[in-house]
Amino acid sequence: MPRKWPKQKVRQLSSNSETATPVVDHERERVLEAIKGSLGDSLVESHIKPGDDLWIRVSTESWQASVQKLRDAHSFDYFGFLSAIDWMPSPYGRGEDDPTEPAPVRDTTIRSGYAGGDTRMQVFIRIVNSTTHFGITVKVDVADSSPSVDSLVSIYAGANWHERETHEMFGINFVGHNDLRNMYLPVDFEGHPLRKDFPLLARMVKPWPGIVDVEPLPGGDEEESVDAKDGDA
Amino acid sequence: MTMLGDRQQLSYIAAQAADARLNLELETEGMTLNIGPQHPATHGTLRIIARLDGEQVVWAEPACGYMHRGYEKLTEVRTFPQVTTLVNRIDWLGSFANEVPFILAAEKLMGVEAPPRAAYIRTILFELSRIANVTLFLGDLGVQLGAITPVFLAFRDREYVLNLIESATGGRFHPNFDRIGGLKDDLPAGWIDETHAVMKKLRGFCDQIEDLLFGNEIFQSRTRGIGVIPRDVALQYGLSGANLRASGVDWDLRRDQSLPMMWNKADWKVWTHPDGDSFARCWIRLQETRESTKIVDQLLGVIPSGPIMAKVPKIIKVPEGEAWVSTENPLGEMGYYVVSRGDLGPFRVKIRSASFNNISITPWLLRGVYVPDIVTILASLYFILGDIDR
Repeated sequence: MPRKWPKQKVRQLSSNSETATPVVDHERERVLEAIKGSLGDSLVESHIKPGDDLWIRVSTESWQASVQKLRDAHSFDYFGFLSAIDWMPSPYGRGEDDPTEPAPVRDTTIRSGYAGGDTRMQVFIRIVNSTTHFGITVKVDVADSSPSVDSLVSIYAGANWHERETHEMFGINFVGHNDLRNMYLPVDFEGHPLRKDFPLLARMVKPWPGIVDVEPLPGGDEEESVDAKDGDA
Repeated sequence: MTMLGDRQQLSYIAAQAADARLNLELETEGMTLNIGPQHPATHGTLRIIARLDGEQVVWAEPACGYMHRGYEKLTEVRTFPQVTTLVNRIDWLGSFANEVPFILAAEKLMGVEAPPRAAYIRTILFELSRIANVTLFLGDLGVQLGAITPVFLAFRDREYVLNLIESATGGRFHPNFDRIGGLKDDLPAGWIDETHAVMKKLRGFCDQIEDLLFGNEIFQSRTRGIGVIPRDVALQYGLSGANLRASGVDWDLRRDQSLPMMWNKADWKVWTHPDGDSFARCWIRLQETRESTKIVDQLLGVIPSGPIMAKVPKIIKVPEGEAWVSTENPLGEMGYYVVSRGDLGPFRVKIRSASFNNISITPWLLRGVYVPDIVTILASLYFILGDIDR
């Protein structure tokens, strides 16, 4: 029995989201001012999405000292996670190329996200103040030639495994971490799988069959025709 | 760097000194004990290498990676709607709860919000997956300590919840039911009455487990004061969920975060425990199951009518931006850092799973404990291997 969807006007929040969220986020502005005061020149750039989140970027040399200050002076005592982003768009696209055709040339211009960036890869962490439950994302640039930043294990003990994971997946060295063994991959694995120039080999040998998402949406015309076909069968 | 709590450190040093004297006399040497990869306490394939000195652990290290599936790489070649199929398999006992933060992150980037009815049903299914997940934990806990009965009760009562999830979503373990902008389908007829009845049964199950297990003398002596995690250590290791609240941190993302979900429409309580030991962690989970049944019962009575899908384009392109959404999943804080480039699929997804942080404390926590306690401590931390390895 095909379900009939009520034809009602659907509330769409994308149009009135401007009025729903404040244009100036006073709480985040206030925290950012305090952070600016204590970090000084170490803070390179910041970004506030009102009512959503706060991003800051600190200089590579001051990475460890800045995070230490954030923990001690601003009580960001909860360690959420540490990871990295490779901002270079993948030369393999989404792995949907026909392997028998010559590979298409793609634009691999590096473009950073919120709070900017000057390098291809960035390390970022999420830390939270466990009393006020206010969280921020802290980013740091990683030099292209020898990707390496200071380790945070002495500040947050939980960073240990996250740095090991980031090391094997992105090939970023964490200075001061004395146990950067692989977590997942075999010891003799070559390459860093989460870098964008590392191809997903499964997509290289066999084209992906699920390129098109064919599932019809509820209320769409296609669904009724699919249902009708089922009924006939 | 001080890593051990005072009490733990003192007992560890005293035991080490006593053992060292004995070892000198007897000329003993350490032994390496390998637990797993296949062990009932590991919920998957986790291997623990422990260096023993007599009956005490000197050094222990979990070896992960037996189940690494590379989801962060795979998300980069999938479209946004396809990603839910992947993330279903992260914590396979509470699959629906894995889908929700990813969908919320995508909706946040798109500026779409699910209609109220969908948000209510989402919250109810989220709590049902928590109940299904934690019920198994409560039963499994007995097995780790040699009590067989609770696990049969747990499997029996979890079946009711799985049947509910199946009848609403079509999938017992992997619902794949959440969509950007709403849900795939509405609730079937009669589901609400059935759910009320099952919630009553589940509260009975909690009482039963409390009598059988938590009041048991052996259970108490095996868990009380064992595997103590102080508050500051729990925070810097990023522990979350019941493990964090058992260390006295009053923090629940369902209550302390504004998300387009309906937890704040129900009256419930966040439980904390000051002890931070294995018993506290288990006890918190028992209370949370009760609270979840209350949330479900209350929300079922007030589901508004209306559509379950917002207007979203047929081909979903998510605007450029970055978003971080985390929710209080059965195992703890589960979050997705989604970076979009205005494409059909995400540019990068960082999956922050609860068990990865929760289990990263084990090298610290297992130092100095006795061999039989390894199993109870691991059981009380409660992890799912798919949630560690992703």
